[in-house]
Amino acid sequence: MYAQMIDTGMKRVQGLDEMSAEERTFQERIDAGIKIEAKDWMPDGYRRTLVRQISQHAHSEIVGQLPEGNWVTRAPTLKRKAILLAKIQDEAGHGLYLYSAAETLGVTRDQVYGDLLSGKVKYSSIFNYPTTSWADIGTIGWLVDGAAIMNQIPLCRCSYGPYARAMVRVCKEESFHQRQGYDIVMALACGTIEQRRMAQDALNRWWWPALMMFGPPDGDSVHSAQSAQWKIKLLSNDELRQKFVDQTVPQAEYLGLTVPDPELKWNEDTGHYDFGAIDWQEFRDVVAGNGPCNRDRLRTRVQAWDDGAWFRDGLLAHAQKRAQAQAAAARAA
Amino acid sequence: MNEWPLWEVFIRSQHGLAHKHVGSLHAPDAEMAINNARDVYTRRSEGLSIWVVRADGIVASSPGDKAPLFEPANSKVYRHPTFFPVPDEVKHM
Repeated sequence: MYAQMIDTGMKRVQGLDEMSAEERTFQERIDAGIKIEAKDWMPDGYRRTLVRQISQHAHSEIVGQLPEGNWVTRAPTLKRKAILLAKIQDEAGHGLYLYSAAETLGVTRDQVYGDLLSGKVKYSSIFNYPTTSWADIGTIGWLVDGAAIMNQIPLCRCSYGPYARAMVRVCKEESFHQRQGYDIVMALACGTIEQRRMAQDALNRWWWPALMMFGPPDGDSVHSAQSAQWKIKLLSNDELRQKFVDQTVPQAEYLGLTVPDPELKWNEDTGHYDFGAIDWQEFRDVVAGNGPCNRDRLRTRVQAWDDGAWFRDGLLAHAQKRAQAQAAAARAA
Repeated sequence: MNEWPLWEVFIRSQHGLAHKHVGSLHAPDAEMAINNARDVYTRRSEGLSIWVVRADGIVASSPGDKAPLFEPANSKVYRHPTFFPVPDEVKHM
C-alpha cells in the first residue's frame, strides 16, 4: 500500500499477561476502541511504528505527484489539464496532513522529510514506474487511487486519533481522483482504435504493480500481527487485494478492456475472483531501489528541496525582520 | 536547518457555526499561514473564515489529569434534561 512492509521492531506479539501495567492499560484502551491521542502515554514501539508508517504514507503522496506531473504540459485538453493540476495539488495536501500527523508523535517535519531525501525511509513501490502515455494518467487514478482508497477507508478507524482524522480528509478527496481517472480511461476506451489500444496497454502495465501495492501476503509476519493488535492495520494485505480485484474487474469489463491475467476467473463458491500468482521478485527489486524510476524520483525530490532552500530561508528572514521591526516600534511607542 | 514554525488552523464553515480545528501547517509568519491554510484546507468551499494560531501558543489540558478534571460531570446526571421523567400526558416539554 502507500506504506508497505512496516517494521514494528517487535520479535513477537505479547499477550496482555506479559505486558507492564502501562502497556496493558494502553492495549485495553485500543481493544475498547478508544482513540490514542498525541499526548497520551504509548509504548515506544507503537510510536516508532506509526512514525514509519505515517511518514512512508506521506512520502508516497509527495513522490506520487511526479509520475502525474510528467503529463501536466501534455494533457490533451485544457479541462483535463486543470483537473490533473487539481489532483496533483490534492496529493501535496495529503502529504501535508500526513506529515502533520507524524509530527504529533514528536518528530519534526525536516527530520521526516530528510529521511525521504536520504533514502532511509521508502515510499510506495508503485511510484517507481514510468508514465509513458496519457492513458497512464487515467489508469493511475482508476487503479492506484482506487487501491489507495481501499486501504485508507479502514485506516479512518485506526487507533491513533491524528492519523485517523487525516485519513478522513484524504478519503473525502480521493474519490475525485479515482473517478477522474476512470473518466479518462472511459474516454479512451470509447474512442478510436489507437485510443483503445492505449487504454489496454496502460492496463497491461499497471495491473500487476497495482496488485503489488498491497504488499506481500502477511502470512506469519510478526509486524503485521503487531500492527493488527495495535489497530494501525485493520485488514490483511490479501484481504485488501481481494477486495480490490473484486471491485475492479467489473469496471474493466464495462470498458471492454482485458485484465492481463489468464488465470483470472470468477469463483462461484467463494464469491470472489481467483487470480494468478504475483511476481514478488519484481516487487522486491523495486522496493530495493531497482525499479525503472527509483533514482529519477529521488533525484527530483532532492533537487526540489535544494533549489527551494533560498526561498524557505528568505521567507523566514523576512518574517523575522518584520517581527523585530514591530517589536522595536512597540518599544518606541 | 531553519524550520518554519507550526500553526494550527481553524475554519468556520458557514455563518452561524463556530470555527473548528481542521489541521496544522508550517509557515514563516501569520500572513503566509493564512495563505497556506486557504490553499490546503479550503479548496472545496469548506470555509468562510480562517483562524491560524501558533501551535506553541496553545495551552492544553494534560491527558494524565483527565480523570479528576472531568470527574465532576460524571456524578451530576441531573444536568441532562433526560434525567427528569415527563408524564406521557404532557406531550411537549
